[in-house]
Amino acid sequence: MNLIWEYRQQLVDGTLVTIQLALASLIIAILFGLLGAMGKLSSNRIANMMAGIYTTAVRGVPDLVLILLVFYGGQEIINTIGKATDWWKYVEINQFMAGTCTIGVIFGAYYTETFRGAIMAIPKGQIEAGVAVGMNKFLVFRHIIWPQMIRYALPGFSNNWLVQIKTTALVSVIGLQDLVYNAFVAGRSTHLLFIFMFASLVIFLLMTAISDLLLTLLNRKYSKGMVRT
Amino acid sequence: MNKSIPPALKVENLHKSFGKVEVIKGISMTANKGDVITILGASGSGKSTFLRCINLLETPNSGEVTIGGETIAMKIGKNNNYMPANIKQVERLRSRLSMVFQGFNLWSHMTVLENIIEAPIYVQKESKAKAIKNAKYLLNKVGLSDRSDYYPSHLSGGQQQRVAIARALAMNPDIMLFDEPTSALDPELVGEVLTVMRDLAEEGRTMLVVTHEMSFAKDVSTKTIFLDQGNICEQGCPSDLFTNPKTPEFKKFLTRSFV
Repeated sequence: MNLIWEYRQQLVDGTLVTIQLALASLIIAILFGLLGAMGKLSSNRIANMMAGIYTTAVRGVPDLVLILLVFYGGQEIINTIGKATDWWKYVEINQFMAGTCTIGVIFGAYYTETFRGAIMAIPKGQIEAGVAVGMNKFLVFRHIIWPQMIRYALPGFSNNWLVQIKTTALVSVIGLQDLVYNAFVAGRSTHLLFIFMFASLVIFLLMTAISDLLLTLLNRKYSKGMVRT
Repeated sequence: MNKSIPPALKVENLHKSFGKVEVIKGISMTANKGDVITILGASGSGKSTFLRCINLLETPNSGEVTIGGETIAMKIGKNNNYMPANIKQVERLRSRLSMVFQGFNLWSHMTVLENIIEAPIYVQKESKAKAIKNAKYLLNKVGLSDRSDYYPSHLSGGQQQRVAIARALAMNPDIMLFDEPTSALDPELVGEVLTVMRDLAEEGRTMLVVTHEMSFAKDVSTKTIFLDQGNICEQGCPSDLFTNPKTPEFKKFLTRSFV
């Protein structure tokens, strides 16, 4: 027990990195998810196709492969382009950037489907009712589509989000000192791997449980007036 | 007729096709202030589509719609399709026309009160206090004062439709469009909605009503239009029309409707 206490700083630092990574990649994922959903629902064929390629390709590849590809390959590509065009000097992608962007883009593909389904679940007549009273597109989106989209999206969103928190563990492979990485290092140096991995398990469980609670409250807020038919 | 007052609504030579099927084949009509016009026709005669073309929920393929003397500007778009030239104008004119739908279409995440004050506040930029005051007055008028904090899903169909009518009235529209307002209701709930509509007609509201309610058409409307296969087949004062149908189509329609 004393040993855990000695390594507490590592665990706290790792936890903070994991939380930052999860939240930053969540923002990217929501942005990509909204864009993807708009692309899929758009009447524009090119937007349709691009969103289709995005979700098919990203969802069809292991997360780990993409993370390694972006971290090692991405830097090379960017620097090759920089060298060839002379537009920028040597760029280094750090682990945090690579991890955040990759996880964000990967989960954006899952949110795309969640948001698309949620928008499709809104009865068309309610949107027409908004159009018919003279609302502009922005107002229809803000006041009719958005609040209802959230309530239809929440169950799927919660699912994705829990998986996303857990996926952040993969970045330890590229050397980012997140919770899993730090726990692993501490475990190995103290020969108490089980205890440190168990500690990281508890911390993950805590994070997902808090998320669950918050999402349940959010769900309650946005389910007002909703009746299963 | 006084020339300086334009008709509330004028539709000229409206055509609408879905794919290759022409649903509206050149309809023209005029509604003056205070007219209650019922539009009858069998299913598929194009009556709902016609109504939805007036506020451009459906974009017609050709023709002109003029509301209170202002014609909706149309243009030919990139893909050769007929489309509104100025969406701002369309939005402004839509706020002068309120529509009541067959399926009520209340916003299910808003309470009854929120449904009614939404457009006055955000489209017409009224103050919230004034919108609420008016909403309460309207709810009282449709007999639902005690339901203002309910969500639509907790109301019966007839109550929902009366809220939808209050929502439409809250815009203080120049013309009200009713798209089969009682068709989705259980028979015992039809009466309460028709009563509200009769009151509106008596107040002198300009109304266009697509309906299957023959008694409403006969007793309340000032003019009846019978559509058949996308054309106006017969029109006129309902008392003449119903007692003395001229075309075999309308005769057939009447016999079927009054069985």
